[in-house]
Amino acid sequence: MSAPLLDVDNVSVIFNVTRQGAWPWTPPGKLQAVKDATIALEPGKTLGLVGESGSGKSTLARAIVGTVQASAGRVLWRGEDLRAMSPARQRAHGRHVQMIFQDPLAALNPRMTVGQVVAEPLTTHYPDLSKSEVRERVGQMMERVGLLPALVNRYPHEFSGGQCQRIGIARALITEPELVVCDEPVSALDVSVQAQVVNLLQDLQRERDLSLLFIAHDLSVVRHISHKIAVMYLGRIVESAAAADLIANPRHPYTRALIASVPIPSPKAERARHRPVLEGELPSPLAPPSGCVFRTRCPIVRPACAERVPPVEHVGPDQVVACPYHGQDAEAESSTA
Amino acid sequence: MALLDVTDLSVSFDTPDGQVHAVNGMSLTLDPGDSLAIVGESGSGKTQLAFGILGLLAKNGTSRGSVKFNGQEILNLPEAQLNKIRANEIAMIFQDPMTSLNPYMRVGEQMAEVLMLHQGTSKRDALEDSAKMLDAVRIPDARSRLRMYPHEFSGGMRQRIMAAMALLCRPKLLIADEPTTALDVTVQNQIMELMADIQRDFGTALILITHDLGIVAGTCAETLVMYGGQVMEHGTTDDVFEAPSHPYTLGLLKAVPRLDVPQDALQTIPGDPPDLTALPPGCPFSPRCPLSHAPCTRTMPPLEAFGSGRFRACHAPREDVV
Repeated sequence: MSAPLLDVDNVSVIFNVTRQGAWPWTPPGKLQAVKDATIALEPGKTLGLVGESGSGKSTLARAIVGTVQASAGRVLWRGEDLRAMSPARQRAHGRHVQMIFQDPLAALNPRMTVGQVVAEPLTTHYPDLSKSEVRERVGQMMERVGLLPALVNRYPHEFSGGQCQRIGIARALITEPELVVCDEPVSALDVSVQAQVVNLLQDLQRERDLSLLFIAHDLSVVRHISHKIAVMYLGRIVESAAAADLIANPRHPYTRALIASVPIPSPKAERARHRPVLEGELPSPLAPPSGCVFRTRCPIVRPACAERVPPVEHVGPDQVVACPYHGQDAEAESSTA
Repeated sequence: MALLDVTDLSVSFDTPDGQVHAVNGMSLTLDPGDSLAIVGESGSGKTQLAFGILGLLAKNGTSRGSVKFNGQEILNLPEAQLNKIRANEIAMIFQDPMTSLNPYMRVGEQMAEVLMLHQGTSKRDALEDSAKMLDAVRIPDARSRLRMYPHEFSGGMRQRIMAAMALLCRPKLLIADEPTTALDVTVQNQIMELMADIQRDFGTALILITHDLGIVAGTCAETLVMYGGQVMEHGTTDDVFEAPSHPYTLGLLKAVPRLDVPQDALQTIPGDPPDLTALPPGCPFSPRCPLSHAPCTRTMPPLEAFGSGRFRACHAPREDVV
């Protein structure tokens, strides 16, 4: 295994929130968006982050990029602590890490031409480049993502959703970053266009040895693009493993439920699919359950789950799971009881 | 007799950018208790088809053709007559439950209103029925929830409330427009189970409008694939998924990443969804179709029956669609 590009070490993020109707002098509530997340990302690989909305995937991504301050833990970039970096060093670091967002049109400035949108990160991080050089690199980048370079003077609203996402990708890749954080990059796209964008990201990854942090709620897409997957629930990583292992041999009851919930576009497979409906919805992160956060919906919950936070256990070469009862499923449970 | 019989329905809108042809001569029939999925990407006209059937088009929209419900022509009926059919006979569930519920009204009030308005029920009985219906869609502690406002419920719960509200007058047909798109996959599962239960317990016919091929496979007996406001293919869900007869259906199925079968690279459909203000002459899918040949760019292929109860609209021979 090569040395990690990025090491997320016990990162927690807490937001201070004012509750509705609270008095001005009431101390703000604490929202634990991410708790003790540990994960590593190797160069040239894709780490997938899945979980329901409100599970903290985007917050963890923002802590990695540095747009949100981690309240505890460290994010190491090639062994160097992001928070210990000088401001100048942090700015320079920005060119190595770029982001792609969910809503492709909303992420682009409507008053800038596509050429300006794509060129902006380049002129920000490399102010010494000449105009002709910038123009040339923007043209090359546009072509690479499948847009006609002649379209540089058009505005974002003149493009379709898929094309806007290509512009977003061009903008993210123009500084030749080492890591691109993709926050739900294909969720807003149609199926036929989603496949185009996923393939483009994979081609670019192979070509440039790019690392991707790929966040999505669609497990099928994440499985397709990722080498490794981490599953988040209410701010915690409950399981992480190599993508194939995680899907073939999920350990955590939440991972199992998540996989079982994914509909399969085949009537035969659907009829055979065992649908264990996971009851209820994600609890409020303002008042998370004590002990294991998943216990309120867990099919194999036990009294002890309310008392302590399950420790993270290594169960395979690269598989960790945070559930002491991970070997057992609900059926085995009821037959032994 | 068919419950719903749509013949040659077209829906268009006058906009500053020109005429938008959302639905172009669609025909379909639905028997009582049946379930039909209408599948298509954004801009395929699937929502406007539903709005056209229910007479819910925006002011600049016009619809032509024929929509018969229980043998009665309902297309372009006056509002007063349509209101008797809506809710009582045909009900609809929308994509975003938060924008469909009145944020200023207690859930019980807005549910009771449906019964009071459409069936003249007294408020007391209407509230009683509402509580029963909330119970039927498995909202725990239904009676006390009647006094809550929509924002006090989660997304999945709101969608359950929408379903309960739609079912209050025991409609014969329920149209669900992307009912799970805004929901997480575990909650989506719950709502799809609920849809199946509703069909079984109430004998309601269901039209499910969606872009998600996965949820169709487990829910609907029949599938209709739309593109550019036209029917591309229509048949039993098993047939359409196991042996797609249209290049667009095939392309869609191959573009979906699957959890059960790992793929090397996803197959793509080149190009973008159609521009409804300037549809190409001939088949709307022809600019993106791998099997497109000369006649495709000139004439729209007719919807032809083949096999056992299947329909397809494609100039290419069926053997070539693989």
